[in-house]
Order: sequence, then structure tokens, then C-alpha cells
Amino acid sequence: MSEDVFILGINMTKFGKHPDLDIQDLGAQAAMAALADGGVTMGDMGIMAYGNLIGQSFGQQLQKQIGQTGIPVYNVQNACATGATALRTAIMAIKAGECDMGLAVGVEKLAGAGLLGAGGGGGKKKDGHHWEPSGRFGAVTGTDGRIGTQQMPGTFAQVGMEYLYENDYEGTPFELFARISVKNHQHSTLNPLAAYTKAMTLEEVMGDMMIAYPNTRPMCSANCDGAAAAVVVSAAKLKTLSKEQQRRAVKVSASILTSDPWQEACQVLPDVNTLTRVAARQAYEQAGVSPQDLDLVELHDCFATAELVHYDNLELCEPGGAVDFFESGASWRDGSTPVNVSGGLESKGHPISATGIANIWEVCHHLRGEAGDRQIEGAKVGLAHVIGLGSACGVHILEKSAA
Amino acid sequence: MSTKTQIPLVDYLRLGDRPHLVATECTSCGARFFDRRNACASCFGTEFTEAEIATDGILKSFTIVTFAAPGVPVPFVAGVVDCDGTSVRANVINTEPDDQHVKLGMKVRLATTSLGTDDDGVEAVGFGFEPAEGANA
Repeated sequence: MSEDVFILGINMTKFGKHPDLDIQDLGAQAAMAALADGGVTMGDMGIMAYGNLIGQSFGQQLQKQIGQTGIPVYNVQNACATGATALRTAIMAIKAGECDMGLAVGVEKLAGAGLLGAGGGGGKKKDGHHWEPSGRFGAVTGTDGRIGTQQMPGTFAQVGMEYLYENDYEGTPFELFARISVKNHQHSTLNPLAAYTKAMTLEEVMGDMMIAYPNTRPMCSANCDGAAAAVVVSAAKLKTLSKEQQRRAVKVSASILTSDPWQEACQVLPDVNTLTRVAARQAYEQAGVSPQDLDLVELHDCFATAELVHYDNLELCEPGGAVDFFESGASWRDGSTPVNVSGGLESKGHPISATGIANIWEVCHHLRGEAGDRQIEGAKVGLAHVIGLGSACGVHILEKSAA
Repeated sequence: MSTKTQIPLVDYLRLGDRPHLVATECTSCGARFFDRRNACASCFGTEFTEAEIATDGILKSFTIVTFAAPGVPVPFVAGVVDCDGTSVRANVINTEPDDQHVKLGMKVRLATTSLGTDDDGVEAVGFGFEPAEGANA
């Protein structure tokens, strides 16, 4: 068994619109605050793992602002799991014994971005008009909108609807999913770093602009700017640091990354279930904890329709029991397994590469007892989950330090 | 002047008197795909055969897209159809795009749709699934 790894320092910026900050500003803000939170400097870091998806920036550009020490930089991209992948890269470097401290950063500038997914349905533009097959499907024109949808809201809408079909749901799907969104927007009112902190009634959620049934606008993750960063440290190195640093350190009990194993239909509609189930199972085994031990969960509610299926995928409920689990109130902040007390991606926002570290920050904040008004009292164990479509799944289980 | 008068939207749509979809099926494990393959994603095999897909199916998931990329007409119903064990991505067509007319588990069948004619007079033909008779009272 390789050495345990701890989160020594961690930070997320305010998510939202930051028109005056560029990618390096945002990354620097999170990275420098994470270093300060851990009581260390760039000079202590043995590795940097950097995630940025849309901006095509590099960790070296951030180093040029906050500290060039010659350490290796790993620039990673893994769709919406980019931040978790950066964190896991730094963790692996420590577990491999290559260094005893590392910095993971995820940053994104997305405010004002529209739908994310495939391009439009235009097909090839040429002189004259001739149908001509191209690509792996031999398509004569764009297939988005002609053979289903390739956009995220509709894709994840189908993920949720498929779950209801498979489990013989007899209620009204639209209202069910809207109520999940109401929960997360209510939770966001206690999170000052969330992009949107306004409570919404069921009528407001259902009456808002429909994007892809059953997901209205507030049921979709918010495109916004933001960054998050974490300093990770080996157990041996942590023992040489101050009592206060040891007390605030959070143990990474499990760090798992999976891709989607082949399943029937997985290339027809992305299968976000199997790889999450596999990751969760591996994480519980690695950490030696069970789903019942979790005091809070931050899961990837990129759309309200996604949150439901992950209750089941993360084994927070009996197989097929996600609707009952939600209806019982279990996932509200005063329930048995609070889910997305940060407000989730639907209200906190989803600056893609920052998300996979920001949800770790949320969990750490509670485990350290520093979450203020939204503190889950006595939280000792938490789980953070992200999905990147295509697909990648990151699951981390975190535990309060024994020190 | 081209002698061909119709062309399918995608290679896996077969036109003619009896329009249907075909899958590329792995000869060793039976996994089915709709795109050009390098190898089988399930068992890594490299030999494939063509399998005809049932034209009747069950709608096992759907969304009604009302906000799409530029150039994509809305609203439209996108869904996944279980065609006798093989899942197919398609639009649900020839019905009102709302949750009163489109239901999980409804019976549907393959239908073709014209995408227009090019400068050579060739008509592109797409496909979707329409409500089957007697379904969804």
C-alpha cells in the first residue's frame, strides 16, 4: 500500500462573471490562496497539474505569474472531469514517490458561453450544393437535430428520462426533476461563492425558459468563470509540519478515475452510469467506508436530470430507488445524506475545469468545520464526484484528519 | 445527370422499398455499432458483419429540444429507441413535440423524411421514428 495523501491547502474563487480577470488572474487567485491556506509556497511544490479546457491555456503561463521553479507541469484535459484529473495527477505523483507536495489547479472562463456540445447542423459548405457523405457515419449533412441531439442539456435530459423508464416511474418527470433543482437552488442561498444564490419556487423553476425537456434553464449548470486549486502532501511530509497544518489537513481516503466500459447503447446515448458505479465501488473499497458513512456528497448535477441517476450510481440508495430516496428528503441539507449543499452546478455554477476541485473544496470546508452558515455539523466523511462526457468519472472520498 | 435519385443521410440507413437501419456487428461478441470501425470496443475483434435492425421499437428515453445550436430547427424530439434489443438514436417525428403526445415506453416505428434535393437532383433522405398505430391512446 502506497503512502496516504492529504489535502494541505485548498481554495475556490467566487464563481460567476469576472470580466476584469483573465485565466491567469483566476488561476493565480485560487493557487496562491490554496498555498497560503496550506502555509506553504510555490518553492515547496514538486509538481503542478493544471486543467483548463476551453481556454487552451497552460500551467506554465500560470507559473510565469506565481512562481517559476522548474518543476514538472502536467497540463490535463478530461472534459468536465478535468479538475479532478489534475488533482488525481498530483496525488499520483506523491503516491509514486516522485515528490512530497504538489499543486493542482483548475480554471475556466465561461461566462456568456452558450450551449456546449457539437457544432451546428450545417454540414459541409461548398460551391454549389451536392450531398456528399463524409465522416464515420457517412453523413451527407449535420446530424445534430436530425438524428437526436448532441447538445448537453438534451443528452443529460435523456439520461434522466431513461432512468425513469427503466424503473417504471409513474409520476410527472418534469415536476420531479424540477423539485431536485428547487433543492439545489435553496441550498445555494447559504453559499456566498455560488454564481446564483437565489431560492426558486417550483413554479419559478418549471415556468422558466425550457432548454431541453424536462430541463429548464435553472435546471442546467450555469456557465461562469472560476478557479479552484489544491495543495496535496504526503503523510510523511505532513508529520514534519505544524500541529495546526496537521489538524486542518484532510485525508484523501480514495482517489479514483474511470472511463466508460463498453455497454450496449453506450455509443448511442453516453452511458454516465456504469463508469460512475465502477468508480464509486472502487472508491468505497479503497477508503474502507460505505455509502451510509457519508456525511455529505457533492455530485455532478450538470443538469437536474443527472443528479437523480447519480443517487443510484453512487449507491446512496437501493438499486432503482433514486426517486424514493429523493422523495424521502434524504438529499436535502437536513436529510440523512445531504447532496450538493453548495448549491450544486445548477446554482454554484460550472466553470468546467474548476468544478472537480471546487467540489473537493466544499467537502473539505465541512470536514474542517469551516463552512459557516451551511456547515453540516460533525461532518467526518464526504464524497466528491464529477463526470466528464465522453466519458471520464472522478470520485474522491475525503476524511477529517485524526490529528 | 446522375442516375442516383436518392442518398441516405447516413451510411447505416438503407433506402428502397423497405427502408431500414443496419448495424456493423462484431462477429465474435455480437456488439453492434453504427459508425465505421477500426475494431470492436467490447472485445477488440476486427471482423464485422452487417446486421439488419428491427424497424419497430420502444421509446426508452426522450427529450424535447427547444434551444439548440444555430441552424438546428426547434422544437424537435430526440430519443433512444429500443429496436428489439439494439438501441438506436433518432428523432421522434410525425407527432406533436410535447409530453402529452410523446411518452416513455411508447411504441414507434421507423419512418423516412426528405431533407431536400441538391443541384444534381439527388434527394437526401433522413429517418426518424413515428408513433406506431394503436400506441399512446
